[in-house]
Amino acid sequence: MSSTHSSRFPWNHLIGFILSIALTLLAVFVKFQTNFSDSIIMWIIGTLAIFQAMIQLFMFMHVTEGKEGMINVINMIYSIFLALVIVFGSIWVLTSGHAAMH
Amino acid sequence: MSLDEFFVTGDPMILASQIAIGLTMVGLIALITYLKKWKWLWTEWFTTVDHKKIGIMYILAGVLMFFRGGVDGLLMKAQTSRPELGFLDAQHYDEIFTTHGVIMILFMAMPMLIGIMNVVVPLQIGARDVAFPKLNALSFWLFFAGAMLFNVSFVIGGSPDAGWTSYFPLAGKEFTPGVGNNYYAIALQIAGIGTLATGINFVVTIIKMRAPGMSWMKMPIFTWTSLVTSIIIVAAFPIFTVALAYMSLDRLFGTHFFTVAAGGDPMLWLNLFWLWGHPEVYIVVLPAFGMFSEVIATFARKNLYGYKSMVFAVAGIAFLSMLVWVHHFYTMGNSAAVNSIFSLTTMMIAIPTGVKIFNWLFTLRKGRIEFSTSMLWALAFIPCFTIGGVTGVMLAMAAADYQYHNTMFLVAHFHYVLIPGVVFAVFAALYYWWPKMFGFKLNEKIGKWHFWLFVIGFNFTFMPMFFVGLDGMSRRMYTYSESTGWGAWLGFSAVGSLIMAAGFAALCYNIYWSFRYASRDVGSDPWNGRTLEWATASPAPHYNFAVVPEVEKLDDFWYKKKEGKLGLKKSDLKSVHMPSNSWTPVFLGVAFGIVGFFLVFEWFTLAIISSVLIVIGLVANSFDYDDGYHIPVDELEKEEREWRGELK
Amino acid sequence: MTQANTPLEYRSQQSQMNILGFWIFLGAEIVLFSTLFASYFVLEHNTAGGPAGHDIFILKDVLIETFLLLTSSFTAGLAIHFMRNNAKNDMIVWTIVTLLLGAGFLYMEINEFIHYVHEGATIQTSGFTAGFFTLLGTHGAHVTFGIIWISLLLVQIFRRGITEKTSSKFFIASLYWHFLDVVWIFIFTFVYLKGMVG
Repeated sequence: MSSTHSSRFPWNHLIGFILSIALTLLAVFVKFQTNFSDSIIMWIIGTLAIFQAMIQLFMFMHVTEGKEGMINVINMIYSIFLALVIVFGSIWVLTSGHAAMH
Repeated sequence: MSLDEFFVTGDPMILASQIAIGLTMVGLIALITYLKKWKWLWTEWFTTVDHKKIGIMYILAGVLMFFRGGVDGLLMKAQTSRPELGFLDAQHYDEIFTTHGVIMILFMAMPMLIGIMNVVVPLQIGARDVAFPKLNALSFWLFFAGAMLFNVSFVIGGSPDAGWTSYFPLAGKEFTPGVGNNYYAIALQIAGIGTLATGINFVVTIIKMRAPGMSWMKMPIFTWTSLVTSIIIVAAFPIFTVALAYMSLDRLFGTHFFTVAAGGDPMLWLNLFWLWGHPEVYIVVLPAFGMFSEVIATFARKNLYGYKSMVFAVAGIAFLSMLVWVHHFYTMGNSAAVNSIFSLTTMMIAIPTGVKIFNWLFTLRKGRIEFSTSMLWALAFIPCFTIGGVTGVMLAMAAADYQYHNTMFLVAHFHYVLIPGVVFAVFAALYYWWPKMFGFKLNEKIGKWHFWLFVIGFNFTFMPMFFVGLDGMSRRMYTYSESTGWGAWLGFSAVGSLIMAAGFAALCYNIYWSFRYASRDVGSDPWNGRTLEWATASPAPHYNFAVVPEVEKLDDFWYKKKEGKLGLKKSDLKSVHMPSNSWTPVFLGVAFGIVGFFLVFEWFTLAIISSVLIVIGLVANSFDYDDGYHIPVDELEKEEREWRGELK
Repeated sequence: MTQANTPLEYRSQQSQMNILGFWIFLGAEIVLFSTLFASYFVLEHNTAGGPAGHDIFILKDVLIETFLLLTSSFTAGLAIHFMRNNAKNDMIVWTIVTLLLGAGFLYMEINEFIHYVHEGATIQTSGFTAGFFTLLGTHGAHVTFGIIWISLLLVQIFRRGITEKTSSKFFIASLYWHFLDVVWIFIFTFVYLKGMVG
């Protein structure tokens, strides 16, 4: 926390910003300039997206800051768990078995 | 749109309701004006941010909605009481089972439970209010706007009629062209936003506003269940928000989320509805478990058996509640893997629930049981709810569910879960916490009439449904032929519903009687309670606690009471900071109601114009820097002396 | 942590509760957006004879939108940095830059939508377009709301300066803004990049 509360130059933010731009460009590169299979590409750029989200969460939003840092982290982990259940659950339920539409 | 399309016409019962509603409203307005109570209503109730008053308004609204939903239920029972009755036609029957379901779950169970949470949770944790008092008021007014919007549907525009689950394609514009289902989409959306805000409010309240010393494992069990319920609200309600938004877009703007022909998927609605709908069951049932736990511990004069296992069981149920939604539509034709996994997760829920049942039984064991009305409700809950739970495990088996799916067996099952699990709990809680809200008890003798009529009526009403269901009667059938042989069962069931109604009437009479005649001298702790809400006056003063209590252990109040350590030192009094009343919540509630009404009728220009009201409310709120006010020490001293006598 | 070390926006109990409450709200927002994503994934291939993603997405426009929003998230962070150093003017400048970048993003997005409509992909066309426009539209509506909200807060900072109350309000708005960037990262990856032909 002390590093974000100082009059020094906000290196933290600058590094986060540069990393975000770099990760975005890297994702575009992987998608359009490589010959991996579609699913491998999705795994790579999906991982890059998660990295970027982490940068926002830790370097910009300071999720662990404040008296409730621990609660915030639990809250985020739980929310991400819910997100995974909703996304993968819905896809699985609605596109397998006789329900498969294609 | 002509006037006779705007108002529902052609049914004498609805016409009578229209006249009755009109006369009641005129009468109410005249009465309030005659008694010169408008200012009092505005300053004491409409603009209040006091959690206890908001709770009482929730409960009042819940009782009204219980009446409305109950009348719907009675009409259905009348229609099916004998074979081939023509009391209601198919369309009217469809509308009534739809409004019955929606109103009972979302506008009766939810406000009752949230109302009791509002009254009790801040008192149990030794707080002066919730974390965001103004937001709390906004939650109530949004709920109320949604409830009123939904309730006018049967006289203005027409009721929704696609069931409380409103499955597509039936709920789409093609098969349900009127405005009825627009009411469903819009009214539930407005109420849902309020509920989400309540969830956030109580999570923060319980995390941040507990009395000093009250660590997690020293929290009263009802506070625990309220916390977990609030967490599930935050987790589940956004899903419903999205589902309802899709429904609104499909119906109002011609999108194709749920139409197969244009690449939509009706099963997406079911999937999203139950992703919210299953956790919703736990949202209503968990606080009820907490209420029973408090009541059982108090009237068995023992501390709750297995407090820690109770906490873990509640948390476990919350976790599993998000993983079982598919068991509501096993028959959609999923792969065997999907059905098997969801069958497993569903049956796993029986484990923590069983833990709770045994904890209650062991709390009763060797207790000095006092058969107060609250306790009777708790005792009746255990066997009735177990029947609901065990039939639930039957339904959880995917293969067997093909037989039970959408039969009256299912209807009987969920009434056996929700009525003992929620309604009995609400009744127990009302009798138990009534003195804390109003300063007098409800009459115990009338209470026992209420109890026996309702419990006997409940079992008479719903037990026969198991049998006709197993015999093949599907739900939502508005009539049946004599040769089915169901007439006797359903006639019996209809009689049961009348007994239940008599029970509800006994409650209403009890409220009236006690309001007029009950003794006002009940003291601060009429039941010999265990938790902090009994440490302050009855009714609780608007500042709750003159001095915030310090807590050393679980049931701290009970032990301090035994050790004679209660009492207030004059020197401890400090001025108390309180939030100010605010007009924005009720204003925003009305604004959302108006915009919602125009959206229901698809009058978009009017809707856009009136949304300015919402913007005004939000901007005014953003620029509001009111810091509240302080209650000076001598005023506190005066109020505390009134019930404590001399201070130390 | 001493009082002096605590950032202004965390000092009062009410501010701490407001910030915690907003984090919980963001949890709800994650659920909301994941529901929108889930529905989009389910409907993605159901184009019902209408255009698919790869027929209409334009990489250049999407990249510009991405950089505008990424940069605005960075400048919002700078504004908070200056707020914590009690540099009111710098804070206001960076906030205005943030708002302008946000407005630029919105302008690009509205143009993009108009382009799609011209290509024959309206919200009523198919399951795919319904899911797509609703997901993107919800994010865009959030950005619009954020711009108005932060503008109102700017007025309050202007009038009252950086106080315990204004700083906590502003901090909360900045969390919201960063969160919208997080959502966009996933839209960029799982809607646009996934939907285009590599």
